[in-house]
Amino acid sequence: MEAIEEEKPSRRSVLDRLLQISAFGWGLSILYPIFAYFKIPPEGESVPTSIVAAKVNELQPNQGKVFRFGNAPAILVKTPGGEWKAFSAVCTHLQCTVQYRNDMQKIWCACHNGTFDMKGTNIAGPPPRPLEEFKVTTKGQDVIVSKA
Amino acid sequence: MVALKSKLTNWIHERFDFSYVQQFASEKKVPHFKGSFWYYFGGVSLFLFIVQVVTGILLLMYYQPGAGTAFESVHFIISKVQFGWLIRSIHSWSANLMVLSVFIHMFSVYFSKAFRKPRELIWYSGFILLVLTFAFGFSGYLLPWNTLSYFATKVGTEITAVVPVVGKPIMHLLRAGDDVTTATLTRFFGLHVAIFPAIFAVILSIHLLLIQVQGISEPESWKEYPIEKKKFMPFFPNFVMRDVLLWLIVLNVLAILAVYFPWELGHKADPFVSAPVGIKPEWYFLFMYESLKYFPAKIWKVDGEVVGVLLFGFAGLLWFLVPFWDNRTPKGLRNRLINYLGILVVLFIITMTIVSVK
Repeated sequence: MEAIEEEKPSRRSVLDRLLQISAFGWGLSILYPIFAYFKIPPEGESVPTSIVAAKVNELQPNQGKVFRFGNAPAILVKTPGGEWKAFSAVCTHLQCTVQYRNDMQKIWCACHNGTFDMKGTNIAGPPPRPLEEFKVTTKGQDVIVSKA
Repeated sequence: MVALKSKLTNWIHERFDFSYVQQFASEKKVPHFKGSFWYYFGGVSLFLFIVQVVTGILLLMYYQPGAGTAFESVHFIISKVQFGWLIRSIHSWSANLMVLSVFIHMFSVYFSKAFRKPRELIWYSGFILLVLTFAFGFSGYLLPWNTLSYFATKVGTEITAVVPVVGKPIMHLLRAGDDVTTATLTRFFGLHVAIFPAIFAVILSIHLLLIQVQGISEPESWKEYPIEKKKFMPFFPNFVMRDVLLWLIVLNVLAILAVYFPWELGHKADPFVSAPVGIKPEWYFLFMYESLKYFPAKIWKVDGEVVGVLLFGFAGLLWFLVPFWDNRTPKGLRNRLINYLGILVVLFIITMTIVSVK
């Protein structure tokens, strides 16, 4: 007799369960908008595929310059041989912005002493991958950097 | 689950003795009579304040003060951020409902003479909370940096300048300069999100603590009742459950208002355009705004505006000090003057508000 009573849920326990479910659903309907609110909406502006990074006579051989390429920094280098090179300036280790060291003739990251050569290859220190290389062309007085 | 819960309870009990809290909670009761309905408005005001804190913190995740960013960031919130329009709209609506609820709460306490001895401090702290609620409303209004808020702040801060002696320095302090500028915006932002919440939290804690100590006020008419005629409702769980149900309803009302009547952002503030036609302060300042119009330019040798502002200041002070000058109620005598005066104030506020809206 007792066993049967245990199996059959009472009216109260059913109502309690219904109340719990609706309270849970209600809670979710409050928490979901709050959770969604924290998601940063995608950037509206489109990222350009090419940009005028400098003027031809702006850099001397063995000199570099960090410039803005879309939403991220990039680095333009005029090698001692007078060749133009451009890379992403975001270090592949922990995202610091790199710089050109004319004493080393290399791209160097100040944060953890990472070094990249003039092909963008990671040659010393902690960076795990090479820097992304960009295409450089000159048109009149403009040095144009574009994504390959 | 049950075993885990009892384990946890035991763990806490072995370290802290909370039995007096349980004892207190089980004994807490609320007078049960036909006026009990009004007791809920304190709770509703508290709930709306909590909504303000939560939505306010959420808005802080994207809002940027500053003349070049404030309007833009609010625009970003309501147009780009997921549910941003909802959060902002709820913040605005909840602010307005909170003022309304606080008003109802205050008048119900006033008419039921719940400010009488020994409850004066609860009344005083409540009045400070009311003033802070206004201050929250006034300072928050400027933050979207739109035309309406810009001019409302200009006029509102200018009004303080008419008070003799201290007026001008206060205005200067509020505006962080001679005029409403970016510096004012930054200052109002600091007041709205840091200074006012800090003061509010302290005063609110005192307000709530004192009520716990003294218990919820019994109606005047119960003075002569024998104990067995007084009916009470246990606070836990009976009253709390009703409280929570009402909070749920209020939250749903808020959601409906926010969805169907989203709060507008308007146009970005520009100090070099004319004030828009039909510009008015928020509805809870309307009665003061409207009455000030009826003062003549000069009363004897003093500016009418000065007289008006000082009169309102004096009336506010009298209202604040009602437990002090009402010396009949604590002796158990009826004080009809309190009722008549209260009705007069309510009628005055309602009439002036309606006149101003029309």
